[in-house]
Amino acid sequence: MSSNHYIQAFVHIKNETVSLHGNTLLAAPKTDFSTFSKTAYKELGTKYPKFFKMDRLSKLAFLAADVLLKNDKDPQENTAIVLSNRASSLDTDMKHQNTIADAANYYPSPAVFVYTLPNICIGEISIKHKLFSENSFFIFDRFNANYLFDYAESLLKTKKASKVLCGWVEVDAGNYEAFLYLVSDTGAIKHTIKEITRLYKL
Amino acid sequence: MSSTFVSHNNIISSLGCNSQSVVRQVKKETTGLSLVTDERIHPKPFYTSIIPSEKLTESFKEIGVIDQYTKLEQMLILSLKDVIDASAIELDDRVGIIVSTTKGNIDVLEKNSPFPKERAYLSSLGDAVKNFFGLSTEPIVLSNACVSGVLAVATAKRFIAQGRFDHVFITSGDLVTQFIVSGFNSFQALSDLPCKPYCKYRTGINIGEVAASVLVTSKKTGLTPEAVEIIGDASCNDANHISGPSRTGEGLVRAVENAIQEATIETEDIDFISAHGTATLYNDEMEAIAFNRLRMLHTPLHSLKGYFGHTLGASGLLETIVGMHSLHQNTLFASLGYTERGVSKPLNIIEKTTPKQLSTFLKTASGFGGCNTAVIFKKANKNHK
Repeated sequence: MSSNHYIQAFVHIKNETVSLHGNTLLAAPKTDFSTFSKTAYKELGTKYPKFFKMDRLSKLAFLAADVLLKNDKDPQENTAIVLSNRASSLDTDMKHQNTIADAANYYPSPAVFVYTLPNICIGEISIKHKLFSENSFFIFDRFNANYLFDYAESLLKTKKASKVLCGWVEVDAGNYEAFLYLVSDTGAIKHTIKEITRLYKL
Repeated sequence: MSSTFVSHNNIISSLGCNSQSVVRQVKKETTGLSLVTDERIHPKPFYTSIIPSEKLTESFKEIGVIDQYTKLEQMLILSLKDVIDASAIELDDRVGIIVSTTKGNIDVLEKNSPFPKERAYLSSLGDAVKNFFGLSTEPIVLSNACVSGVLAVATAKRFIAQGRFDHVFITSGDLVTQFIVSGFNSFQALSDLPCKPYCKYRTGINIGEVAASVLVTSKKTGLTPEAVEIIGDASCNDANHISGPSRTGEGLVRAVENAIQEATIETEDIDFISAHGTATLYNDEMEAIAFNRLRMLHTPLHSLKGYFGHTLGASGLLETIVGMHSLHQNTLFASLGYTERGVSKPLNIIEKTTPKQLSTFLKTASGFGGCNTAVIFKKANKNHK
């Protein structure tokens, strides 16, 4: 399957490190996600107070997307967002479950419940960057370059999107990992399954 | 571009265990909602539409070992089996599978669940379906809030257009659980009565459960009589709020405009709208604003939530299937629960089930995270009246 599209930019966040195009932007000492995300917010110059209301999955996706989108010199409001992971919103699901498990200690909260959907992080990115665009959140056993490639190509070919922000954002059992990439008409790296797979593994 | 069709279909709900029997009830304006007392789900009685577990296991034990499958897995497998068997398609690597759900087996997180917590992973739901049928491709689980079911149809079309598959089976479902009901209740979004979409007296939603499955295919041969062609589809985020719909209906307006553009039709060509209509104050108002901006205030419109409640990740697919049968039977189905306009802009709500020659309908859905999806369907068999 051929493509006339390119991976314009990509970002990784894992192991207390944020890297853009494989170059380290931030390397923090080993800690938990909450502490690391605060450090990253500050060090990356993210100015968005609503960040602190988000759940962990949204914080992770938001930070990664922000690095890519604020460095995009040609922002497009119909930049689609196509994300994926394995654990969906299970990290926050457990939190909500803990508020309802015991009848004597029952305190479900809309502020938690709203984050029990994986695509909320797409909403958070769309609000910040004013993206009126196609959204999709997929759950795969592991990173699936084939399906992400097909879906992004289809959106671009049918002109449903002029760019596509794709990738993997996972928060599960204390671990976290984000790999996002921006597909567009221009760039140095061809948009192929092989390249997506290679960059994911960096 | 080549055509894509929605063909074989199944619905399992409190109203019946196949599309024909469920649609027969809808045509008679019979609701599947009833007042249920189950303190494991909600401390006080609530209106819902639930698939009876005993009936479900009765059917499932003929094809699988009951203790190995959760209630949702049994629902999805039974529903999908009906579609796969009817289609007689060989499950090779040209056949994709999409599972549409918001919460999957979330009930396994409850203290008394006999299943391990790992079953709450949505991918394990996909695996259960894949392994049961011996599918050869990786399942695509789609979890995009309340647009999931209709977005799954658009997604199937996109994977087919991209050449990945010739056929895609979609199965969709969510359960009525303490998890979901407590959450919507914390939003004060639940109605104490059967829901009344777009009505002046609406007070919120009812949560319901169904399993719904379809075959999406690029092959024009062997289509069912009620099959439809997917002629346009689009989604658009509101970029406005994560839990409240846009006050201007921006995302929905753009999604419908884009779907109409792809379909190369005019708004007047749409015979009816199967809208989202959850019966919350804000959702229904947003839709009324959006359809007025789109100049579709005269297009007959219904919400099917009065029959099934809001069935979350299945609702968009369920309502697509009912819409297909509505076209085939040339009958507009009533928007159950509606008596008096309760939105600020006029809409042409279908108040009574009425015969009418039909060929095209628009399905829309909106959900948390600001997502909106619109898909336009046209009768595939032109000689069918």
